[in-house]
Amino acid sequence: MSTDTLPNPEKNPTRSGGELIRLEQVTKRFGDHTVLDHLDFSVDAGKHVTLIGPSGSGKTTILRLLMTLTKPDEGTITVDGERLFPAPEKQVREVRKKIGMVFQQFNLFPNMTVLRNITEAPVTVLGMSKDAAEERARELLELVGLTDHLDKHPAQLSGGQQQRVAIARALAMRPQVLLLDEVTSALDPELVAGVLDVLRDIARSTDITMLCVTHEMNFARDISDQVLMFDSGRIIEAGPPEKIFSEPEKDRTREFLSAVL
Amino acid sequence: MNWDWSAVSDFMPDFWEGLLVTLQILVLGSLISFVLGLVWALLMRVPSRWVTWPVGAVTEFVRNTPLLVQLFFLFYVLPEWGLTFSALTTGVFAIGLHYSTYTMQVYRAGIEAVPAGQWEAATALNLPLRRTWTAVILPQAVRRVVPALGNYVIAMLKDTPMLMAITVLEMLGHARLFSQEHFQFTEPLTVIGVAFIVISYLASLALRVLERRLVH
Repeated sequence: MSTDTLPNPEKNPTRSGGELIRLEQVTKRFGDHTVLDHLDFSVDAGKHVTLIGPSGSGKTTILRLLMTLTKPDEGTITVDGERLFPAPEKQVREVRKKIGMVFQQFNLFPNMTVLRNITEAPVTVLGMSKDAAEERARELLELVGLTDHLDKHPAQLSGGQQQRVAIARALAMRPQVLLLDEVTSALDPELVAGVLDVLRDIARSTDITMLCVTHEMNFARDISDQVLMFDSGRIIEAGPPEKIFSEPEKDRTREFLSAVL
Repeated sequence: MNWDWSAVSDFMPDFWEGLLVTLQILVLGSLISFVLGLVWALLMRVPSRWVTWPVGAVTEFVRNTPLLVQLFFLFYVLPEWGLTFSALTTGVFAIGLHYSTYTMQVYRAGIEAVPAGQWEAATALNLPLRRTWTAVILPQAVRRVVPALGNYVIAMLKDTPMLMAITVLEMLGHARLFSQEHFQFTEPLTVIGVAFIVISYLASLALRVLERRLVH
């Protein structure tokens, strides 16, 4: 497996081990409903953090705020020392380059081939040559085990294959942070393992920072450095996976885990 | 009623001339309505009332007034403002403009039908707004609206005789002239009626081929 196509400290310098993401006093409301309530939370570079909790507890909203798909009502968001919110549009574009996201519904571009899905942004955003972008796309497709499908369109692939293309597409931008939003929830059960294996590989072989919302607790246990338990827009418990999954302190966490495990 | 084949053959030279004009109106009018309709649809998405209000008002006005009135207006009023075009040019523009106010609604529906996830993926990949439109949103939107646009091409075909009112001699104009000169009405009117059916049938075939090619 070639790992030199993936982000590493030389090519994409991060203050190694330092704080990469910081949310301060972030509040997000939808109408009368407060999804996130003065949330403080930070992630160190290279860490794999899993967000768990009942639906509606604000996990996905955090990923969407970091990807700038939605804006907080209050608070600040900082990535790698630079302000993402509030910030002028030009700065948002710069800071956003450090972040990639994989979606529950894959969201591949159906009008483009697999190869073009992956090369589109490196060519138009990073200014890579078409040849270089295609070479990297091939390497990434090898990493996710899809070398035979370059010229197919997304509709010709299974959900699991589409999601692996989506992972390759996100990695092609060499993000420092990869946001994974319930990436296996829309998949048929037999396709889940293939996608999780790819993510395990990436977690093991790169120093990319991962923020992961998932209901796959075994996966979370495998890859996470830290697990955050959310409830009603607050983090009610945080700790290493061994602790959260084996001996949670809060009753609410215990209840939630017994319901999903 | 007597059917006279010699009247048919006498009408043929005029018919070909009229057919050519009808096809010009249809092809150029369609192109104008496709392009202008897209422009209106995009302008209506500009997040400023200074753009959307005037565009909305003008297109609403054009859509809700008769094409015939618009033809007369452009044909007789534009020259008073010093803008003189041939009757055909004026007519093609008028019919294209009129139908653009319908195609804009088709485009709008097509654009809105592109799932929000496509916009989100484009944001996540940091694609510039222009590139998001040209590479992601519009290719998907246009693919969806081809059948609906096709229906307006057929509707426009049936409106082409209105240009007769501003002296454009398309198929019906030639048929009428021929009838008045030869006192033979059945043959020329039947010929152009058949021609209208054949054109709309061929147009719908072409659209079906286009549709199939757009769905990979």
